[in-house]
Amino acid sequence: MDFGPYLLLASLEGAVQSAVLALMAVGLSLVFGIMRVVNVAHGEFFMLGAVLAWWVTTFVGLHPAVGFLIALVVAPVCAGLIAAAADLTVLKRLKYDPESTIVATIGMLYIIQQVVLMTYGPDARPVEAPFSHRFYTPWFGYSTYKLFVIGMAVVLLLGIWALMAKTRIGLILRATQLDREMAQAFGIPVERVYALVFGLGAALAAMAAVLIVPIQQAHYLMGGDPLLLSFIVVIIGGLGSLTGTVVAAVLIGMSDGIISIFFTPTLAKILATLLVAFVLIFRPNGLFGKRSS
Amino acid sequence: MSDVRKSLVLHGGLIALLLVLHFILPDYHHGNLARVMVLAVYAMGYNVLFGYTGLLSLGHAMFFAAGMYGMGLTIQHLGFSAEAALVAGVLAAFVLSTVVGFLALRTTGVAFMIVTLMFAQTGYLTILYFGEWTRGDEGFVIQKASRVIAGFDVSDPGNRYLAALVLFAVCMAVILKLVQAPFGRVLIAIRENEERARMLGYDVFRHKLAAIIISGTMSGAAGAFYGLLFGYAGASFASVQYSIFPLLWVLLGGAGTVTGPLVGALFMFYLIDITSGLTSAYMLFAGIALVLLTVFARQGMVGEIRRRLAPWLP
Repeated sequence: MDFGPYLLLASLEGAVQSAVLALMAVGLSLVFGIMRVVNVAHGEFFMLGAVLAWWVTTFVGLHPAVGFLIALVVAPVCAGLIAAAADLTVLKRLKYDPESTIVATIGMLYIIQQVVLMTYGPDARPVEAPFSHRFYTPWFGYSTYKLFVIGMAVVLLLGIWALMAKTRIGLILRATQLDREMAQAFGIPVERVYALVFGLGAALAAMAAVLIVPIQQAHYLMGGDPLLLSFIVVIIGGLGSLTGTVVAAVLIGMSDGIISIFFTPTLAKILATLLVAFVLIFRPNGLFGKRSS
Repeated sequence: MSDVRKSLVLHGGLIALLLVLHFILPDYHHGNLARVMVLAVYAMGYNVLFGYTGLLSLGHAMFFAAGMYGMGLTIQHLGFSAEAALVAGVLAAFVLSTVVGFLALRTTGVAFMIVTLMFAQTGYLTILYFGEWTRGDEGFVIQKASRVIAGFDVSDPGNRYLAALVLFAVCMAVILKLVQAPFGRVLIAIRENEERARMLGYDVFRHKLAAIIISGTMSGAAGAFYGLLFGYAGASFASVQYSIFPLLWVLLGGAGTVTGPLVGALFMFYLIDITSGLTSAYMLFAGIALVLLTVFARQGMVGEIRRRLAPWLP
């Protein structure tokens, strides 16, 4: 294969990765932006989405497409409810203190991961794609499902944007983000808003996982790498800025595909983590973040 | 009795108790306690930064691993003696903590945690990347012949316990001296109110940097001794999990207390020892402990004792 088609293939793979990464990172970014909570357990909600998708598709046992559609609804809702419950029982009691919540979400990370290990087991299991159509370019065949993943991610991201910008709920969320106390003074039930946001963030991660699980496999340790990548994306994009997050996700997802042509995966990861550390050190508000406080 | 006197009796008594235990403990617990003492040194190092200075690092495994690999690699590839290798390990941790301190201290709060996490992740990946020398995840065994400190063969359980006890006693004495000295008081002042400490004319950056260096170097010493005493160095000691452990031990035992790290490490070690016999998902209990601690006992065990019974505890 020539370099041109090879690059095209790498870009397509990069676009799929960007799409999933953007969904997941937007979830992390929402939680950080509105609640000022760094959710270290975010990767585990992603993993939970994939594992739930496996449970649902296996349990339903009908045509893969039906199982997949049910999973697409059930997994995010379950993950969201678990997250909301965790928020109300743990994070609320910590009064959302930034440092305590990090420690508590590390605890949640282990709890979710190990409970899945106990129930689902240490195996990686595949979920069948809802359809297995392929389309052909002059050089290679490519799974149509992967394009569907990109399309779904775009639709969902537009949905989040519409939710934040156009609806009453979005208005309430933005008000809470700007000034928690003032929002409370205006009668916004801040605690319920926080539970909603934490649930929504987890649901987005789970949704990303359901979309990706027909391509990857469901495994109890699968949350680690996406978590690291989403951190990188959220930081590069500017902590709490949604547009920045999406831009950074595309940037990183695409370049990840292309960097890994030139470097070994381990070296690519080393460079990426170092990059994040130095961005934070020299541009604490991220590349797209506003310069404030 | 004056407070200084009381603390001297308490901590001297603790060392004496550990020495007595050397003669009476059955083999299994004797071996465990040797391990716990070295891990407690790691936790005490962590505590200097987290408990006394109020800086939460999520990357201390890199210092622990720097000590361990600084010691292990020089024995393995350069043929260093045990003493020289220990010095190399401690020196590696010292240099790394100085560099990381300079860089990471430009950030505060959440950014500091993420920066330290990222540096530790880089360290872990670097160990994997140079797998040819470090043997990656698999790790390497340190030959019995090189595990002799000043004529004492530390692969013998008795000598190993005593070496761990000496390390623990020295580090505890250092910490005790440190937190009662003006320097330690300034660290606590920074933890309580950084702005005020700065207003009073203290150089906050220099104090924090010194805290990171002391903390990182002590963690590195623990890593070097751990590798030498138990004869193994592996990449898992550089993983995120080993950055979380000292945080857990310190929170459990009591942040900002001298004996808390030992109590926390001992408790957690046996919790995991017992539960890993029941299930392979033993980290579940670490997770539950973390959540319960943050919600119900922010002060940890020794911290609660200090709050209720003995406000003089250092």
